[in-house]
Amino acid sequence: MIVRISTEGQYELTESDADALNALDNQAVGACEEGDEERFNATFKELIDFVRKNGQPVAEDRLEPSDAILPPPDVSFEEARAEFSGEGLIPG
Amino acid sequence: MPGLSGRMSTVIKAKISKLLDRAEDPAETLEYSYQKQIELLQNVKKGIADVVTSKKRLQLQEQKLRDQVVKLDTQARQALAAGNEDLARTALERKNVAQTELQSLDSQIGQLEQQQEQMTASEQKLRAKIEQFRSRKEVIKAQYSAAEAQVRISEAATGVGEEMADVGLAMQRALDKTENMKARADAVQELEAAGTFEDLTQLGAGEDDIDRQLRELSSGSEVDAELAKMKAELGSGSPSSAGELGAGAPAGEPAQAEQAGPSQGQAP
Repeated sequence: MIVRISTEGQYELTESDADALNALDNQAVGACEEGDEERFNATFKELIDFVRKNGQPVAEDRLEPSDAILPPPDVSFEEARAEFSGEGLIPG
Repeated sequence: MPGLSGRMSTVIKAKISKLLDRAEDPAETLEYSYQKQIELLQNVKKGIADVVTSKKRLQLQEQKLRDQVVKLDTQARQALAAGNEDLARTALERKNVAQTELQSLDSQIGQLEQQQEQMTASEQKLRAKIEQFRSRKEVIKAQYSAAEAQVRISEAATGVGEEMADVGLAMQRALDKTENMKARADAVQELEAAGTFEDLTQLGAGEDDIDRQLRELSSGSEVDAELAKMKAELGSGSPSSAGELGAGAPAGEPAQAEQAGPSQGQAP
């Protein structure tokens, strides 16, 4: 499966990574909703690191849609919060 | 079917898909996006150029402050030689403020420089992506007109669309960053224009009373130490004060003078 880190690129991960990714993803959203900036930053960093570490970069000339798209690595807490309350990085 | 169901990635993916689904004619949308990207890249380049200009202005400002430090130091010496210790102290206080501003200016310029380098690197990366996108788009367009009846956009088109949206996002963020940097550099410039750097009672925006008092405390002891050192050099200071200074803070360097503490202020 392919995961994109926005503004960075795509990574190919194995199916067995899905559970860990989903868990980190949902933890990050949870932290966002609770207004816990510190926990969001830590969890989001862990998520990005996980994809970079376990994923293989997808070749530049291979153009496939991603199975999941993560926010840019430098996303701020405010941006992430806005993202999940309707307004955000990518206009909905 | 991959079981990716994280809420964050799902929300973002849905938004990207929505952007693409809105397109009635993918070929036209790709062309339009390509033009948009070229425009954005131009804006990024212009943004970087603006930042460079702001940085140069700050560097000029830095030079002015350096000159001022030298001038104030000379004035303090002259005042002391003429026996006017109060005037010398005022000149040294001003010099101290100028030096503090100089330090903060220094670090701002350093940050700007670092960010400018990052921006230039990312501009080059974006340029390469756009070039790649340009050739992809022609392939997709050809594919699309051949299979228009199928209505469904090919997997490859979806991939390009996603890539396109991502490059667009990367450029938008790059642009926002250059604007932020420029705004910050301009703000520093405006502060200076308003004479803030030269005004002892106003040491900068966002500073509260505690900051100011703490700064005055350390500035006071630095000024005292410097005054004592100057006296010793001019041979007009009392030998005991010069001796004290020599023991605690050789050469009266500001960092060490700070540790020497206010006892220096009691020196005759």
